[in-house]
Amino acid sequence: MALANPAVQPAAAVAPFGSAVGLSCRECGQTYDLGPSYACLECFGPLEVSYDFGGVSREAIEAGPANIWRYRDLLPVPADVADKPNLAPGWTRLVRARNLGKELGLRSLHVKDDSGNPTHSFKDRVVAIALEAARTFGYTTLSCSSTGNLAGAVTAAAARAGLRACVFIPADLEQAKIVMASVYGGDLVGIEGSYDEVNRFCSELIGDPLGEGWGFVNVNLRTYYAEGSKTLAYEIAEQLGWRLPDQIVIPVASGSQLTKIDKGFRELIKLGLVEEKPYRIFAAQAAGCAPVSSAYKAGHEVVQPVRPDTIAKSLAIGNPADGPYVLDIVRRTGGAVEDVTDAEVVDAMRLLARTEGIFAETAGGVTVGVLRKLTEAGVLDPDAETVVLNTGDGLKTLDAVAEFARPTAVIRPSVDAFRAAFDDRG
Amino acid sequence: MSTVVRIPTILRTYTGGAAEVPGEGATLREVLAKLDADYPGIGARILDESGKIRRFVNVYVGDEDVRFADGLDTATPTGSQISVIPAVAGG
Repeated sequence: MALANPAVQPAAAVAPFGSAVGLSCRECGQTYDLGPSYACLECFGPLEVSYDFGGVSREAIEAGPANIWRYRDLLPVPADVADKPNLAPGWTRLVRARNLGKELGLRSLHVKDDSGNPTHSFKDRVVAIALEAARTFGYTTLSCSSTGNLAGAVTAAAARAGLRACVFIPADLEQAKIVMASVYGGDLVGIEGSYDEVNRFCSELIGDPLGEGWGFVNVNLRTYYAEGSKTLAYEIAEQLGWRLPDQIVIPVASGSQLTKIDKGFRELIKLGLVEEKPYRIFAAQAAGCAPVSSAYKAGHEVVQPVRPDTIAKSLAIGNPADGPYVLDIVRRTGGAVEDVTDAEVVDAMRLLARTEGIFAETAGGVTVGVLRKLTEAGVLDPDAETVVLNTGDGLKTLDAVAEFARPTAVIRPSVDAFRAAFDDRG
Repeated sequence: MSTVVRIPTILRTYTGGAAEVPGEGATLREVLAKLDADYPGIGARILDESGKIRRFVNVYVGDEDVRFADGLDTATPTGSQISVIPAVAGG
């Protein structure tokens, strides 16, 4: 029996959650009505949105807008979501990466470049779904714990939607992420501590009268928020010509994105929108924050938390909520989890920029670094159709490559000076 | 040892809505046993059938995640604050 949720607002004329029909615990299966719940009352397990999809056709999707709302029938959002004030993210480019593929020895490689979203990271996708849930639940303040990208995505979405924003970040974040998060207005609060400590703070704030009426997109709205990552799976499949890739490399922070890309692929198969075929999911972490990679390599099913120390700050979650599910999915699909050092991250950022003209943030350096490492190790199939994710923009993590990205020369405005400078270079 | 236990929203049905309750015990294990004696059933929400902390529950003594300390054997000195927090957050 589904447990009732008293906090849901009265039903609107348009079903606020579209084809979503309820929530269920991923651990114990307990079901709940759609509401602002995120953890199972029985076992604390994460809750999942379940759906009763009607017929969804490729044609209907293709006729939709060039953003994630083309998939609105597969998301917990109202049918008229595209008419509401939101950032309308998604439909980012899938780049055929011939140069990078050639350099690494991969025959068919694509980069899903999510730096093209409104606030330059994949976070706009998940926030857009959380925003709709916040409206339905009557929340007036949009909030989050953030490693940086999410804070900007939340403050921007709140600005567009006319909600108040108050977001929390570790105080030592990159300058660009601090600027991005504060320029849209609202309150940006730096916490003296790690991301995991920010997260803990937000979880406690929810239970306090101060947090009353607040929608924390990745805490009490996380069930809905996480569904936004399914749109990465839908877009990749549609952009490949309605087929699944053979192998995909995905970054892991909390692990939510990876689990939802897998969910998206399975839904497409179930709905008959793509042909059923095996696919392998590979997870990428930075060596300085690799709790899931360590658990994978040790053959464990649980993830021991770590204290992060890496330049890939957007992935610096030492206690990943969905870590156990990442292990399940990687093992089920025949993938792997791998990690790369900060030096390898920087090298991979430069490699991607140099070969494809894509300037990824450090998290993209992690995925491309792991792509390279797994290819060289013979783990990835060089002949298989491969997708690697870039989830953010290199302009937000300039410091990582600033040491290597400088003017070739600084000269007086004269041809002689140019000749002299370049003759010296040989 | 006398301590304070902070109760997450989803467990406050056991504590009559209280966000904080007094705790007693020299270790986290003892504090949780006493908590369950005071509020029957709450212990099984925090610990699984084998007596381990559930994998989607984080427990802190002060600022320390007990998984970085001695787990259920983590000392709970007088005056310490114990926080039980759902782990499903973030990312």
